[in-house]
Amino acid sequence: MSAPAEPTRAEVCVVACAEAWRGDGEILASPIGLVPTIGARLARATFSPDLLLTDGEAALGVGTWPVGGSPAQTEGALPFRQIFELIWSGRRHVMMGPGQIDRYGNINISAIGDFHRPKVALLGVRGAPGNTVSHPCSYWVPRHSRRTFVEQVDLVCGIGYDRAAAAGTSAARFHQLRRVVSDLGVFDFTGPDHRMRLVSTHPGVTVEQVHEATGFELWTDGEVPQTRLPTAQELSLIRTVIDPAGHRDAEVRR
Amino acid sequence: MTDKRMTAEQVVSELRSGMTIGIGGWGSRRKPMSLVRAILRSDLDDLTVVTYGGPDAGLLLAAGKVRRLVYGFVSLDSIPLEPHFRAARQAGAVEAVEYDEGMLYLGLYAAACRLPFLPTRVGLGSDLMRINPDLRTVRSPYDDEELLAVPALRLDAALVHLHRADIHGNALCLGPDPYFDDLYCAAADRAYVSCEQVVPTEQLTPASAVLVRRHQVRGVVPAARGAHFTSCDPDYPRDEPFQREYAAAAGTERWTAFRDRYLDTDEAGYQRAVADRNEWTEVAR
Repeated sequence: MSAPAEPTRAEVCVVACAEAWRGDGEILASPIGLVPTIGARLARATFSPDLLLTDGEAALGVGTWPVGGSPAQTEGALPFRQIFELIWSGRRHVMMGPGQIDRYGNINISAIGDFHRPKVALLGVRGAPGNTVSHPCSYWVPRHSRRTFVEQVDLVCGIGYDRAAAAGTSAARFHQLRRVVSDLGVFDFTGPDHRMRLVSTHPGVTVEQVHEATGFELWTDGEVPQTRLPTAQELSLIRTVIDPAGHRDAEVRR
Repeated sequence: MTDKRMTAEQVVSELRSGMTIGIGGWGSRRKPMSLVRAILRSDLDDLTVVTYGGPDAGLLLAAGKVRRLVYGFVSLDSIPLEPHFRAARQAGAVEAVEYDEGMLYLGLYAAACRLPFLPTRVGLGSDLMRINPDLRTVRSPYDDEELLAVPALRLDAALVHLHRADIHGNALCLGPDPYFDDLYCAAADRAYVSCEQVVPTEQLTPASAVLVRRHQVRGVVPAARGAHFTSCDPDYPRDEPFQREYAAAAGTERWTAFRDRYLDTDEAGYQRAVADRNEWTEVAR
């Protein structure tokens, strides 16, 4: 048997996303975007077996199924109304894809420029305001750049640590940002005053490269380690079960 | 009991310019598109539209029918950004009342319960209060929490599309998700239900799937394929090739041709044009 091919950047990102849900127990994992979706299924298939996962429509899926496919078995319906109630109960951890994110984790997914006449209209605030004050949130950025990692977001949709603190107890009580994964590295908010910290860089990425692609000052303390590599079992699950068609390589381009 | 069947044109004749109209469904899923198309053919305008938006919002915006849009998002699902919505927003052509998705639910629920507001944590600390300066907070009488008060979203009319209904207005949802269609009906002074099929009352089974009851409904509109091109599972899925054609035509010189062919005609003409299109697609294959 030949040795498995080296992990690609996309596969490293999948595992870094999966790690967001480690230790979460019996909650709904809500990945938005392809790489987080592969990551959430990988997490459940390995180290976080109690996670709940939706089929992308209105049912909870059982087992591990490929992206673009449907689960062979479901364990109940989860219509949107009950998703909102679940969000407000706190039993969820979402990974969203911000159009802009700042050093405190404020994110914008609604509009670039002036809200009332935006340069670029995006989706709308969607569930970001409610998610960030209700349960843990993480973020996935497939292309790390100064356009996404900005000094100040144009519209605060999901709230960061500074806004949560300023808004008072009711906003801050259940606010918790876990991690940011980009195609260059992994970040959390354990810098001074909950500023974004560079946790690790992906193989082949330098710390300078990350600073260069970030529009604000990133906190680092000491030597920055490398993001952990996928295990042989993880690689096999990604390549043969969850994403056999290799869609992940279209989302991560470097 | 009253026979509440009516045509889409009769529904539209009961609506007025300037009204607040709630549209059921979610994104590009189970939208009352035949009723939306009837509004496009009418002289109604200056509307406030409350929606988990999809092509309903897009088409009404493109036709200049909407003064104010109350929404959590506008998306075609498989195509993330609705092109007409995007164009209207970027031109500053519509007053945008953007809420968190969950706030829309609470606003409809408050209206259904005849409450002025419902309290929530949602929106605190975000820019929602900056872009919607009418939003207020409320202090809990039980502890020190200060919460956002989502105002009731009372509707003049609600439009929803369901799978089966009887002539009295009881309507069955066979799909995977009822979305918020029952709340739209309960929040409205007048609710209109279009449906794939009108059936005798005894065929509305299982009883637990009856989502909307007749006391909430003013009109029942028989509308086979009335949700097209949005999904109406399990009766039919979203017409993805058609949706792609719609999105690709938006904002280009091809939009006039799209409108001529599909919208400047009655519902029967629309359904015929769609059937012809699919036939030609088959031939091309």
